[in-house]
Amino acid sequence: MWGYKIITTNQIDYDKNNRAIRNKILALEPSLRICIACGACTATCTAGNLTPFNIRRMNVLLQRGEYDDLKSELGKCMLCGKCTLVCPRGVNLRNLILKTRETLLNDECHVL
Amino acid sequence: MQTKTIAIIGAGPAGMEASASLAKLGHQVVLIEKKASTGGHLNNWHHLFPDRRPAKELLQKLKQEVNHSNIEVMVNTAVHEVKQNDYRYELVLSEKNVINANAVLITTGFELFDAAKKEEYGYGIYNQVITNSDLEQLFQADNLAAQFKKPVKRVAFVHCVGSRDAKVNNHYCSKVCCVTAVKQSIEFKERMPETEVFCFYMDMRMFGPYYEELYREAQEKWGIVFIRGKISEASQTRDGSLQIKAEDTLASKPLRMNTDLLVLMAGMVPAEGNEHISRQFKLAIGDNRFFKSKDNHFDNQLSDTPGVFLAGACLAPMNITDTISQARAAALRIHEYLTN
Amino acid sequence: MYYDPFVLPFTLGLLLLLGYLLVKYGTWFWQLDAQDKKKIRYRLLTRRTLIALREIVAEGLIHRKIFKVNPRLGYMHMSLAFGWFLLIVVGAIEAHIFVKGSAPLYFPIFFRYFVPDQHHFFFSWGFAQLMDLLLLFVLSGLFMAFAKRFNAKTVGLKKTTKLKVVDKFVLTALWLIFPLRLLAESLTSGYHNSGGFLTGSLGAVFQYLFPTEPFIYPAWWAYSLSLGVFFVGLPFTRYMHIPTEMVLIFFRNWGLKLKVNNPVLKAVEIYSCPKCGICIDTCQLNELQNTTKSQSVYFIQRVRNAENYRELAENCLLCGRCESVCPVGIDLTALRLMHKTDFSENKKDQFAFVSERTNTADVIYFAGCMTHLTPTIKNSMEQIFKQAGENYWFMDKEQGACCGRPLKLAGQFQAASELVSLNRNMILQSGAHTLVTSCPICYKIFKEDYRLPLRVLHHSEYINELLVSKKIQVKKSTISVVYHDPCELGRGAAVYQAPRNALQFASNVIENGSSGQNSLCCGGSLANQSLSENNKQNIAHTTVHKLTDNNPELIATACPMCKKTLGAVSAVKVVDIAELVAKQMIVKPVHQKQKAVSVAEFA
Repeated sequence: MWGYKIITTNQIDYDKNNRAIRNKILALEPSLRICIACGACTATCTAGNLTPFNIRRMNVLLQRGEYDDLKSELGKCMLCGKCTLVCPRGVNLRNLILKTRETLLNDECHVL
Repeated sequence: MQTKTIAIIGAGPAGMEASASLAKLGHQVVLIEKKASTGGHLNNWHHLFPDRRPAKELLQKLKQEVNHSNIEVMVNTAVHEVKQNDYRYELVLSEKNVINANAVLITTGFELFDAAKKEEYGYGIYNQVITNSDLEQLFQADNLAAQFKKPVKRVAFVHCVGSRDAKVNNHYCSKVCCVTAVKQSIEFKERMPETEVFCFYMDMRMFGPYYEELYREAQEKWGIVFIRGKISEASQTRDGSLQIKAEDTLASKPLRMNTDLLVLMAGMVPAEGNEHISRQFKLAIGDNRFFKSKDNHFDNQLSDTPGVFLAGACLAPMNITDTISQARAAALRIHEYLTN
Repeated sequence: MYYDPFVLPFTLGLLLLLGYLLVKYGTWFWQLDAQDKKKIRYRLLTRRTLIALREIVAEGLIHRKIFKVNPRLGYMHMSLAFGWFLLIVVGAIEAHIFVKGSAPLYFPIFFRYFVPDQHHFFFSWGFAQLMDLLLLFVLSGLFMAFAKRFNAKTVGLKKTTKLKVVDKFVLTALWLIFPLRLLAESLTSGYHNSGGFLTGSLGAVFQYLFPTEPFIYPAWWAYSLSLGVFFVGLPFTRYMHIPTEMVLIFFRNWGLKLKVNNPVLKAVEIYSCPKCGICIDTCQLNELQNTTKSQSVYFIQRVRNAENYRELAENCLLCGRCESVCPVGIDLTALRLMHKTDFSENKKDQFAFVSERTNTADVIYFAGCMTHLTPTIKNSMEQIFKQAGENYWFMDKEQGACCGRPLKLAGQFQAASELVSLNRNMILQSGAHTLVTSCPICYKIFKEDYRLPLRVLHHSEYINELLVSKKIQVKKSTISVVYHDPCELGRGAAVYQAPRNALQFASNVIENGSSGQNSLCCGGSLANQSLSENNKQNIAHTTVHKLTDNNPELIATACPMCKKTLGAVSAVKVVDIAELVAKQMIVKPVHQKQKAVSVAEFA
């Protein structure tokens, strides 16, 4: 009517993204900060080899405040711990996944 | 000027270059080497980055330099015990030789990370898995292809093996492996142009002059493919070939690949004897387990113990250019110390 | 009639306590599920009940297990529990003989007040001496408990538990009971010139110093009050463990087990904890800096007080070291694991992406996820299978599903059961008679939760069988090897001897100070969710240090996780049993009875 249309952007809108969730997860598992996105976790992951579940990508998106894809994928993790064992930085990935899963599913501040 | 004696422990490039510089300044040098010959790791290397100068050339030059009347080279000799009296060090060597030194320079260098410690890469398990050092040995042969039992149609280089890895308690970057991988991948392609060459890296660290250019040449001229992702494991498939797993992080997808050869870029770790040396001279060891210098800007060649100096890869992973610069800097600092 | 108002605090306190216990235990019994109730009904009048009674005497009174771990601490507990028990029993007999019939509940307790003179009833002199001896016995333990509060080292503990306010109050009452009894009896004896060697002599001294008569009555009041306060306060303190431990012993002997969905056994185990603190010293997390105090005693305390116990539940190696020394025999690992379920969501149908595939074979080899990162182990196992001429199927060679135990260790029982049934189907369809796994974590869940109608063996047991039956043969090496017991295999599944036997065939096994039940955890634990990489390595360091006490040339273990964790920090080489055996194996041409399994494997 006014000639405007809401354009959904493909950008990571860093300012608009809800970083409260990220901060909460970071507080629960601070080792997320030291990830260098080498992808060894994703490489060794059984679920990651069979499905779009990608731990490294999840970590990066999480830190940017992007959660859309995470919720559906996180349940595929079998918690076998191989990712934690291969991580060259010593990120506690197993706990990170548990805490992320829980925060995203339970958190009231989560607005999608 | 009264002649002063300097004991230099370790006859790799740093020890040799420092000996030569000090001899030229009129000092007496005893160059002590644990192994049977001088030259250190240079002996195991074929060509050097970035200009691929033969390692032999450097080795010859260094050997000529230490062939000096002021330098006594003692090979097959280890330092057992050190006693300090006033400003002199009494070094008890193998076979109960004793030398008295006015100053000591430590140039014990590094050792190559034991790639078998990263069991998931299969070094020592699968014969298709070799290290950067093994490959240099193979390069010495005229015909590279003849060195392999099966035809090598594809080779993959793994960066950061034992470096930047909390799991083996090596948090540091070994610095030289990236450019070594680039150099070796080019050399491989030169010798076996039909072979596909891949480099799996976490970050490309092309820190020196002409390193980046070498990287570009590898892509442009030799068609080497660089994939950003750390290999998580290598395993044998049913037909006996080697399969590696990584994530192609730029494509955001896990990747698997069969390869005929896997080259592990083993990083640098402190030499095993450093612990003994540090105890004998009361030297500080850094968090990275290399020696710690007194001040990393102005007194990089000084240790906390007066009269004991440090140079080369015993301080941190470094290339030969930096090692030689440090050796000369150390010679100068020792000269200043002895003449004041 | 022997009566005085001062008996009221004691009598009312005791009645209140008994009433409370009746209601509490009644509720517990009522909450038991039908299966457990049935068990109790069938087993109440069997030998099991007698065994339970014997155990109550051995553990609840004499504290045999604490004695084994720590004799000084054992004496302390025994003198208090057994000493008090004997005081009650002997006192009751004495009173019974005196009145020649039944007496009120309180009468034996205050016997010396009501019967102060040397009455010449049967063996009265002997009773006086005996009762004094018992009182002295109790007081000696009390003295030790008192010293322990101020310096844990007195009883050989490095650390002891901290108390809350109500605990302190009731503890004070408890501590006062026996000194007050001594005081009251001594004053009475002093005045009447009676009593045994202790109360009599002390009374005589008192009498010599001051006129005792005015103090007698208040002293008995104080004694009764301290008893009354202790009884009323007991349900709200750790002393609830005294009656509850008996319930636990009965339940255990009747075969009742911890269940995720039933609160009764959990509560019984939690209330049975006497907070002795033995679990603190044995815990390896103790040595670390900046970690929560999550040892079992603290964890149980939090659960009991309905405080937030999540962090504590997650910061535990579940190595079972505390459980192996717990004098009450509380299932500490299972208990903690079950409380982890309180924090985990249980979604269903998460693993539909794992495709079922199967193959017929005699033996299934399930390497386990971790084993894929220690390829020497799986390769060695394949060599061994081939040498033994086994028709085997390498079930998780490529893209296998996880066994489910890691999910369980995170409290996700539901999700774990999904993987269990998935793998179970594949295993059953194979028609195999034996399942061999290289990973103790997998082994434990295969054994406990899969309910498989086939033999489940850890590869160390399997290799040992092959060696014993000479299906494979090895050349014995002179190399000295120390064996590291993986937690899940040793304390977790009681496999201690087979790995040692297998190793002995191929090498020279030497023991170290902490092996078997006492073995240390490598630190790699999948159960501990919050331990940092750095702290894992700290634990591994200590473990390697202790393992190499006797300078072995090799450390052998039977778990890929232990191998990786210890190997990362050890100067001595760490190998798996399978590796060592495969290396020493005498390779002979094999009778090819196996089918070409591998080709059709994933067709």
